[in-house]
Order: sequence, then structure tokens, then C-alpha cells
Amino acid sequence: MSIWAIIVIIGLGTYLIRWSFIGVLGKVGVPAYIERPLRFVAPAVLAAIAIPELVAPAGSIDIGFDNLRLVAGLIAIAVAWKTRAMGPTIVAGMLSLWLLDWLF
Amino acid sequence: MASADDRFREGVRAVAPLLLGTVPFGLIVGVTIAGTGIDNLAGWATSVIIFAGAAQLALIELVDADAIAIVLIATPIVINLRMAMYSAALATHFHKLSPLDQLWLPYLLTDQTFVMSMAHFRPDEDPVTIKFYYLGVGTTLWTTWLLATTVGVVVGAEVPSSWSLDFTIALVFLALLARSIAAHPALLAAVVGGVVAVLSLDMPNGTGIMVATVAGVAAGSISDWRLNR
Repeated sequence: MSIWAIIVIIGLGTYLIRWSFIGVLGKVGVPAYIERPLRFVAPAVLAAIAIPELVAPAGSIDIGFDNLRLVAGLIAIAVAWKTRAMGPTIVAGMLSLWLLDWLF
Repeated sequence: MASADDRFREGVRAVAPLLLGTVPFGLIVGVTIAGTGIDNLAGWATSVIIFAGAAQLALIELVDADAIAIVLIATPIVINLRMAMYSAALATHFHKLSPLDQLWLPYLLTDQTFVMSMAHFRPDEDPVTIKFYYLGVGTTLWTTWLLATTVGVVVGAEVPSSWSLDFTIALVFLALLARSIAAHPALLAAVVGGVVAVLSLDMPNGTGIMVATVAGVAAGSISDWRLNR
């Protein structure tokens, strides 16, 4: 499948999600068995993408201080948790990685 | 009563401080497009066709990891499922708008548009002023996003790989993750999602992300059900 077809399908799917309740479902109400699990999709999928990038940056599990991305990532997690903001998280993570890279 | 024009400008002014986050995020997406395997024009077009940063980044990364088509399609869509909640919340404010407005206004719906709109809409408000405030916020974000990703793609080719800028992808997701966790069941969903994703690293072409997401949503839902029954 071409990358263009894939992008168009994602675009259509995303549009339909945005439109869903405004367009139709809002008129019939949102059932709780749909609304409640939806709240857990974001934390589950974001962690599923981000955590392996820290724990296994080269593709296999690497837990230790020699894994600089894990150490920098843990610092970034602390900043993200404290500030809940993107700017400070990115700055803290990148500065940590560059500093560790320079030190070791 | 405030005119449509006033409300549009009010939306533009209200969203301006958020652009401090939108601009670097857009630059990162653009630089990542230029620095990874995805075709530059196709990658850039995701800003118009998908217009959702986290989903765009996930797609770019999965293309680079040679994921299979179903994973390439499903992962960004799953990331965007949260917008169904925004759509549900806005539906009550939009139900008096014309069918045409209800058709095209959702295209501009993002995390930021939702947050700004819900903070300002009043229940008894005129649908026209609601529409123009939303448009002030939405079109400002859209224009900024397009400009930032375009600049990112253009300058991205000049950025050396020794800067490790690809690490910003993980950092963006960590920041969004922290924001998505409001209570214990969501924290559990994240922990289970992250652990299962690491354990399923050997699964082919990114399918582990799907397994991990289902596991995380299940864990969060069960925990939520136990807390609230």
C-alpha cells in the first residue's frame, strides 16, 4: 500500500473521530461503555510508544546507566510529571542527553 | 453582545500563548520528517491531511521502522481516538450550528482547540459567536502548525544526526503521557501499556504497540470499574 493511501486513510479516520459526536452521535447521547474506556486509550498508547524508546533504544532491552536515553528519559519523566508541559520536558530531556553524552 | 468579528479576535488572542508549545512541536515534526525514511512531501502533507502532531510523529516513526500497513494505519488512529471525547463535549455547543458548519468545523478540532473552547464557551451562548471563537483558535493553530512543520522540513536536512534530535519524539510522547494521566486507573493503563510494549518488542513490525494498547486500556477499565462499582 502506498504511503499516500495510508496517510489519506488515517486522515479520513481522524476526521470521522473528530466529527463523530458533533455530526451524529451527539444527538443520541454517549453510552458510558464507550466513553469510559476511551479515557484510557491515550495513556496506554502513548506509554506503549514512548517507554520502549527509553528501555530499548537500539531494539533490545538495555537497563543500566550506560543506556543514556533511559537516564535522560527518567529525568524528562520527572519534569513532565511536575510541569505537565511539553517545552520544559523536551528541554530537560535533550539537555540531559547531550550532557550525559558529553560526560561519558 | 460581542460581534462575530470580536469573538474571532478573542479566540486568536486567547490561543497566542499556546503557540510557544505549538511552534517547537511543529518544528520537531518537520525536522523528523526530513531526517527519517518517510518521503518528504508525503510527510509534510500529513500536517494538512491528518493535522494531529502525536499521530503524525507516530506514523513517521513507524514508517522508519518498516511497520506493516495495518500498524501504520491503526496506531495514529488509536492515538486520535481521544478526540472522540472532545467531539462529545463540543457536540452540545455545536448542535444549533448549520449542518455545513457541523461538517467542516470538526476538521480543526485538536487538544488545544478543545481546551480553549471548553474554557470559554457559555451554555447559553449564541451559536454564531461560539463558531467564530472556535474558528479564531482553530485557524490560528492550523496556520502556525503548517508554517512550523514546513520550516522544520526545510531546515531538517541540515541537522546532523549527532544531535540525537530523534529523541525528541519520545520526549513529546512523555509530555503528552503525563498530561493524559489524571487518576490511578489512567496511571495503571500507562504502566501496563509501557511494560507490555517492552515485553512484546520481538513481535513483528510494530504490532506489539497494538497488543500493549489493548492491554493498557483493559487494565485501566478494570481498575476504573472496581473503583466505581
